[in-house]
Amino acid sequence: MTEILQVAPDREELVLNMGPHHPSTHGVLRFVVHTDGEIMRKAVPDVGYLHRGLEKIAELQTYPGYMPYTDRINYLEAMFCNMAYATAVEKLLGTEIPPRAEILRVIACELNRIASHHITLGCITMDLGAFTPFVYLLREREKINDLMEALCGNRLTFNYMRIGGVSQDVDDKWLKQLETFLDHFEPVIDEFDKLISYNEILVKRMAEVAVICAEDAVGFGLVGPNLRASGVDWDVRRDLPYGAYPQMAFQVPVGIGEKGVVGDCFDRFIVRVEEMRQSCKIIRQCLSNLPEGDIKAKVPKMLKPPAGEVYSCVEGARGEMGVYLVSDGTTSPYRLKWRTGSFAGLSIIEHISRGLMIADLVAVIATLDVIAPEMDR
Amino acid sequence: MTPKEICGKLADKLGLVLDFKEEAGDPWASIPTDKWQQACRIAREEPELSLDFLRSLCGVDRPDDGEIEIVVHLFSYKHRHAFVMHTKTDRAAPRLESVSGIWPAAIWHERETFDLFGVDFPGNPDLRRILLPDDWVGHPLLKDYEEQESYRGIPTTRPGYEKKPFGPRLKKAKPVPKKEEQ
Repeated sequence: MTEILQVAPDREELVLNMGPHHPSTHGVLRFVVHTDGEIMRKAVPDVGYLHRGLEKIAELQTYPGYMPYTDRINYLEAMFCNMAYATAVEKLLGTEIPPRAEILRVIACELNRIASHHITLGCITMDLGAFTPFVYLLREREKINDLMEALCGNRLTFNYMRIGGVSQDVDDKWLKQLETFLDHFEPVIDEFDKLISYNEILVKRMAEVAVICAEDAVGFGLVGPNLRASGVDWDVRRDLPYGAYPQMAFQVPVGIGEKGVVGDCFDRFIVRVEEMRQSCKIIRQCLSNLPEGDIKAKVPKMLKPPAGEVYSCVEGARGEMGVYLVSDGTTSPYRLKWRTGSFAGLSIIEHISRGLMIADLVAVIATLDVIAPEMDR
Repeated sequence: MTPKEICGKLADKLGLVLDFKEEAGDPWASIPTDKWQQACRIAREEPELSLDFLRSLCGVDRPDDGEIEIVVHLFSYKHRHAFVMHTKTDRAAPRLESVSGIWPAAIWHERETFDLFGVDFPGNPDLRRILLPDDWVGHPLLKDYEEQESYRGIPTTRPGYEKKPFGPRLKKAKPVPKKEEQ
């Protein structure tokens, strides 16, 4: 897992290999760490171990046929990948989505966001040495997985959305289950705060570590919670609204340097905790005004969007997830490009790792929430 | 500002007439290859534009025109407007000035474009393959890409399976030539 690659002639710098199979690298991800004692001179990420050519596959698939592949972009937030792809094709086609489908999409996305943040928060604490919160969060996530299974038949790779709507409708029983889950889950977040968020040891490991200033965050293209933790008040759901989000009232948590400096690891942690609360709020609003009606617009079986290009983005659990789609008027995309939060998140590591302690690298990777399949695609 | 106004502003600053396309979907401006870096710098630094967020930089292969298009998607957090710019580079020897000095995010995006399209970006401080191994042959997102038979002794197709045509989307599927018996 970790081995010495090189020792500089002056014996000052030691080059260490970390990964690709390492407990804290979240998937298959490798770092080449240049160290001077306990201090890192730089950590260079080496990615690509999970490259599956999903952009090339798109060029060989029909438009609806590519939908199950989008789940594999990121297994933790498959719903957002579905959503980003579906909205891109719909934008090109000019399809109107039925209101019920829009609300169902929001419910599914927000549930997925909570599930994804469970893994993130659990992994942050686990990587920093606290194993128990991870197990508690997995227990809660299991309940969401059960809800998802009842909704669309899958627990991770949902394939729930269709171009023009969603695949399955919900019944009263499922809505009741969802409400019961929310009633149970909202106090759990407070419990989580008591259990770990403000734990002295965890705060000391994260506060004032690996501070990313707003300028760097924007320059390197960080998005989502990582960007907001640096103090940039930006959320695609609120500022470039899509789907049913204009009807929802919610707050966008921004890093304020609660325990240290704006943009440190603790801010990236606590912003995600707060986001889970807001997601619950959004789902409750969806439940109270779920309209009746169709769940899928009428779209032809053979989709042939007009020649042109479109960029469509949604606010995923790791920030702006964008799809750039070029159509040449045939039944399959001419070019499809994914813009994901983890790719940008990892590209900043070489820059911020200079001068950090070796042990803090784990905190940086965990709080930036990089997921290997999402950046390798 | 609307994309059209941004395009007008950019054209003024460059002293050129820019081609502005409005087809289905997003409109975009076409930038001459030799003005690429200059146009990007204006887009980033001009206070009225301040397009500070590089959403993506990617390639699109156009074998019929003998060109590779490079597309950037920009956004301004300050003014909340988006803009799309295209430029073209020769497909035989793709080469474009790097914009990594303007947006640090471009370092990795250009690495990816180099990896998957083979476009050279002089000025990028770290131009290596990113997703594929360093000794991989070819650039997979080119339409005429053909996968190598094997990589480090590992065959890329399963034995017994005929290799399907991979790469350009053939309008009429050409019959696959049968492998000669060895």
